[in-house]
Amino acid sequence: MVDFYLQLHPFVQGLLKGLAVILVIFPLGGVCSMAERKVSAWIQDRPGPNRAIVPWIAWIPFFGKFLQRLGLFHVMADGGKMLFKEDSLPDHVNKFYFVLAPIVAMIPALTTVTVVPFGAYLDPAGRVIPLVLANVDVGLLAVFAVASLGVYSLILAGWASNSKYPFLGSVRASAQLISYELSMTLSVIPVFLWINAPGAEGTMGLGKAVEFQSLPGFWGGMWFIFLMPVSAFIFLTSLFAETNRQPFDMPESEADLVGGFHTEYGAFKWGLFFVAEYANMIIGSGVFILLFFGGWNPLPWIPIADLVGWLHHLTGSAFWANPFVVGLLSILIFFAKVIFMIFVFMWVRWTVPRFRYDQVMEIGWKKLLPLAIANLLAYAVGIAIVQMKG
Amino acid sequence: MAAEFAYPDNAAKTADARAEPHDTPGTLSSSNGPAERAEPEFKTEKMSLSMGPSHPSTHGVLRLQMELDGEILTKADPVIGYLHRGDEKIAENMTYNQFVPYTDRLDYLAPLANNMAYAIAVERLARLEVPPRCQAIRVITAEMARISSHLMGLGAFGLDVGAWSVLLYTLNEREKLYKLFEELTGARFTTSYTRIGGVSRDVPDGWLGRVNAFCDQFLPILEETLALLTRNKIFMDRTVGVGVIAKEDALAFGLTGPNLRGSGVPLDLRKDRPYSGYDNYEFDVPVGTKGDCYDRYLVRGEEMRQSVRIIRQVIAKFPGGAWYATDARKIFAPPKEKILSSMEELIQNFMLVTEGPQMPAGEVYFEAENPKGILGFYIVSKGGGVPWRLKIRAPSFCNLSILPKICVGWLISDVVAILGSLDFVMGECDR
Repeated sequence: MVDFYLQLHPFVQGLLKGLAVILVIFPLGGVCSMAERKVSAWIQDRPGPNRAIVPWIAWIPFFGKFLQRLGLFHVMADGGKMLFKEDSLPDHVNKFYFVLAPIVAMIPALTTVTVVPFGAYLDPAGRVIPLVLANVDVGLLAVFAVASLGVYSLILAGWASNSKYPFLGSVRASAQLISYELSMTLSVIPVFLWINAPGAEGTMGLGKAVEFQSLPGFWGGMWFIFLMPVSAFIFLTSLFAETNRQPFDMPESEADLVGGFHTEYGAFKWGLFFVAEYANMIIGSGVFILLFFGGWNPLPWIPIADLVGWLHHLTGSAFWANPFVVGLLSILIFFAKVIFMIFVFMWVRWTVPRFRYDQVMEIGWKKLLPLAIANLLAYAVGIAIVQMKG
Repeated sequence: MAAEFAYPDNAAKTADARAEPHDTPGTLSSSNGPAERAEPEFKTEKMSLSMGPSHPSTHGVLRLQMELDGEILTKADPVIGYLHRGDEKIAENMTYNQFVPYTDRLDYLAPLANNMAYAIAVERLARLEVPPRCQAIRVITAEMARISSHLMGLGAFGLDVGAWSVLLYTLNEREKLYKLFEELTGARFTTSYTRIGGVSRDVPDGWLGRVNAFCDQFLPILEETLALLTRNKIFMDRTVGVGVIAKEDALAFGLTGPNLRGSGVPLDLRKDRPYSGYDNYEFDVPVGTKGDCYDRYLVRGEEMRQSVRIIRQVIAKFPGGAWYATDARKIFAPPKEKILSSMEELIQNFMLVTEGPQMPAGEVYFEAENPKGILGFYIVSKGGGVPWRLKIRAPSFCNLSILPKICVGWLISDVVAILGSLDFVMGECDR
């Protein structure tokens, strides 16, 4: 199957990859929305969605009931509703930009996912090769560059809506997203200072960061969250702000701005914003895990290659050495971590209150940014000293 | 209030032309003070924004006509009346007992307390004293209503500052109270429990025990729920020092209830002018120190604990005897079985239903400490079963009157927090 794929024309390969992205991101967005409803229900001590059921599944004796309780079919119901309800276009909006905004929202979400490695496989020589749709060397830079375009969708949406609440929301969004990008970018520089020692081939690739967290030895196998906790903290905080999640959901802020930038949107256009938000969350969590949580390595100091080696040793079967199995295992581990991160996002959202807009800006500029700069300086000096000795 | 409000087109013009009487610096200064307006480098225009009557945080149908300088409020005009139903006029066309269901719909988050305040007002007019058991039942129900109202108030406040789960926790508890209300009155929401001279029925068997059980399990949950907010850094950032109401202002604007006590005035009619036997029970009146949103929140939290304390005391010494004024034959209907078997009671019941409870001529003003503040009924009677005039002094109406003063200078998000902390109900504001 792999051979067949590799035989295809690069253009067809690209199309297939693009299709894969859409087929993965959209259902993931739907599943995340479902998870959000279930997690919030769990946190708030209520059953959550548990009614929708497809008739022929209801006929399955116990399993059907179980699926219904799980609320699985609400994903279908929600998606179907968003697709088929009337897609209204209010009279007072600037129609071109109004329609453009949700499309622009999806672009960064669907683009950045291509450069995020989501797993790894062992090549015949036993090296770990990251699985990624577009293995570009600028890696994280590409993610940052494209993700920062997302702010345009919010500005366009708020401006084109020609309505006051969306306008206020989009003004907040533009200020907030731009301020937190600074700290976010600064927070990851120590990681790349560390992995790009003088003499080594320079890279901003995310796979490289994971490679460094899978080296043997105490310092090698250490995840960067232990090595650079401040960086991880700043990155995570900025991630909350960048994805407009509580406690930084100023652009939406439904208590005061009704719906923020998407107040005037409905049906599938609103759905696109919704999916884009979750896609950004998934990608952000993915990058966070790759940078600080060891990527597809199951535990600190236990790289996936070692795990596979042990399993091979224990069971004695060649099954574990199969590149496909290793690849699947790494994808599973990576996605388990991403899902946990998304759970953390939801956990925070349903627990804490929301900051005020000026407080958000204050945290961004007066607290996070100086902290990020100090952190960068400290690590730059520290890494220089370590590398001079070594 | 809200006599004038600017439409978007001329908002900028009117804003410049009008002196801003509410903008008194000094009353609002605090560590977390309102955003300072720097000297503008370029010409800016003010924006008018209408918040409500259909807005997630205006708790019903309040409309705030705001004038914004960026996100900072320069003027706030409450526009009320979207829920006006003419309750006071309606009262003139029906007998005293028929008006009880209308009192449910004043502060619809604490109907039992409204029922009680109205019944006592009319009883004062008739110079009628209800037996201790009736008073005790009313006190229990009023305090339960207070808890349920404050639960909703706290939850909605949490929601306004972005803490969703608090609302769901408090609604869970309120649901338990509603079950108890249903058992007692037959209705969860619009209870219509009191009658002039008594209540509609005695407490059911075992109900008091269930109320006690509720209190026992409620306190730990209350602590847990409040713990989500009380020491929460984000919550404190949002509320401490925000929407400060000075003691003098609170008195001058006629604020009552937790909003007044949050400003440090220990006015509580249950203590100051006890009614319905409140003087028999021990409880504290919590007061705030600064009068900000946080203080009002703390006061509500503490009041729920005190209400539980009162309920427990009432149940501990629950009096026996009649549960309605048995001797008030022209006011309270006789028991049903007697109506069906005895001529005199049948006539009595007939006269009560058709003519209404007979009141002497005169006028009375009675006010009770309701969850939202002081609810007063001013009744003028010319004799007979129908009030000649009934005026309702609604706490939410007076509490909202301070909005133009305390909202100015704050951000839109703060206005939402301030509205949440005032905990008003448009049902009684608009009447």
